[in-house]
Amino acid sequence: MKKYTFISDIPSSEITPEAMYHSRRRFIKLAGLAGAAAVLSACGVRQEEATPATVPDVSSMETGLVDELGDPANSFEDITNYNNYYEFTMVKEGVASMVDKLVTSPWQVEVSGLVQKPTTFDVEDILKRFPAEERVYRLRCVEGWSMVIPWGGFPLSKLLAEVEPMGSAKYVKFTSASIPDQMPGVASPFFPWPYTEGLRIDEAMNDLAVLVTELYGKPLPKQDGAPIRLVVPWKYGFKSAKALVKIELVENQPDTFWNTSAPNEYGFYSNVNPDVSHPRWSQATERRIGEAKRRRTLMFNGYTDQVASLYTGMDLAQNY
Amino acid sequence: MITELKRRFPLLLRLAVHLGGILPLVFLVRDALTDNLTVNPYQKAEQRTGETALVLLLFSLACTPLNILFGFSRAVKHRRTLGLYAFFYASLHLFIFSVLDYGLDWEIIWDTVLENRYIFVGLAAFLCLLALAVTSFRWWMKRMGKNWTRLHRVVYLAGGLAILHLAWVIKGDVLGLAGNVGKPILYGTILAVLLVVRIPPIRRTIVQFRREIQHRTAGTIKPPIREYRELP
Repeated sequence: MKKYTFISDIPSSEITPEAMYHSRRRFIKLAGLAGAAAVLSACGVRQEEATPATVPDVSSMETGLVDELGDPANSFEDITNYNNYYEFTMVKEGVASMVDKLVTSPWQVEVSGLVQKPTTFDVEDILKRFPAEERVYRLRCVEGWSMVIPWGGFPLSKLLAEVEPMGSAKYVKFTSASIPDQMPGVASPFFPWPYTEGLRIDEAMNDLAVLVTELYGKPLPKQDGAPIRLVVPWKYGFKSAKALVKIELVENQPDTFWNTSAPNEYGFYSNVNPDVSHPRWSQATERRIGEAKRRRTLMFNGYTDQVASLYTGMDLAQNY
Repeated sequence: MITELKRRFPLLLRLAVHLGGILPLVFLVRDALTDNLTVNPYQKAEQRTGETALVLLLFSLACTPLNILFGFSRAVKHRRTLGLYAFFYASLHLFIFSVLDYGLDWEIIWDTVLENRYIFVGLAAFLCLLALAVTSFRWWMKRMGKNWTRLHRVVYLAGGLAILHLAWVIKGDVLGLAGNVGKPILYGTILAVLLVVRIPPIRRTIVQFRREIQHRTAGTIKPPIREYRELP
């Protein structure tokens, strides 16, 4: 039962055996979501205050959530058990069982740099000030797999408006948490910790660039970047930095984690583009998690209408 | 007890070799049946079979150096078995990639092969292993004579290509020591050591040094230890 790893300290005796789990799924379908809550609490799944709630499975079959192309959302279980989070481990299925130690409350995010009103926000305040909107977006990993994820969050532009960027601010730099005693992976000497990412200011102002605090309407699980992360759905997943501690407005294009690690392979833009290969891997196809056949990858991950205008006149093969 | 173990050692070694060859498959099948290959099972299975093939190939390549370094001549008997197991996992790896992952969709596979140099070198490594596996039996050994030894030196090339395949598939830059580079560096170093030990002048020096030590510790002059020679 390794697969069902929950964040809270549920004794293994309380984790539902697979057979019962499946019958429960059938039952949930019959009973509907309202009934499900009662069933889950009867099963002894506790809701903890400090850690995000861990409802084991709220799959698209129950919720009917789809993206705007009509593809169903991946299950909560898929999304919380397959994570690229090198601060913990390079083993994607191993992240979920290692994130317990991360303390996500209290948590502060510093927004500074070329702004009129540099501010350090408590995440609690952010949650109150910027109510989460449901955003069902595709996430396309540079490794060639993808998911449809029902995030909850708000446009990054709203937070930036609060601090009033100066005219000289051309880029936004994001810095993720790097806490050695809570994140064992940051001991690796092969990476330029902390994780940093960047967007051009107009990209950051696009409505699709969101700060995410929820998944499936619940507080964002730690393995998915709690308490607050960036989501930039038209770019490869690594642009969407997790566990943000700092957002800086800067004049020059910032160094990023992957661009520093392998400059010729991970460009600053890293827009999803089936026609521009990673130097070593084709990006023409992807595996949607849960599907048997591979899919053709879509330009800008299917968000061409919303974002193509950001790049008019740019050679996207040069600016990969 | 110890003498018993010593007597049984050849059998135990053979058993260990076969367990090493079979258990990874048993675990893979078990994890596939119990839904324990992550939510991206084909990729996980590709990674597992690929790494198993590489590790078994390194074990196969370690047999001769074990004899050179420690006079462990019995290891040499298991080179072929380990090599064939490595070939088996390499075949499984290719099968999962082309049939399960890419669904034998030749259009997509062709695009992928053209754009992915790691697939080129992986395929080259596989073809090397294929040639070695086909000619690994005594009949071919006799038939080919000296050419057999020459052909089977290709195993070094296969090892190098397999590591390049891994180095190119990971996220990061192996030469720049940046990224997810632990495994290619580890396996590459092991391969390099195994190859260096075989370089004739180095091999002779090591064998001579080892014999001297053995003579000195034994305090007597023992009959010369049978030195391993290239088969046949």
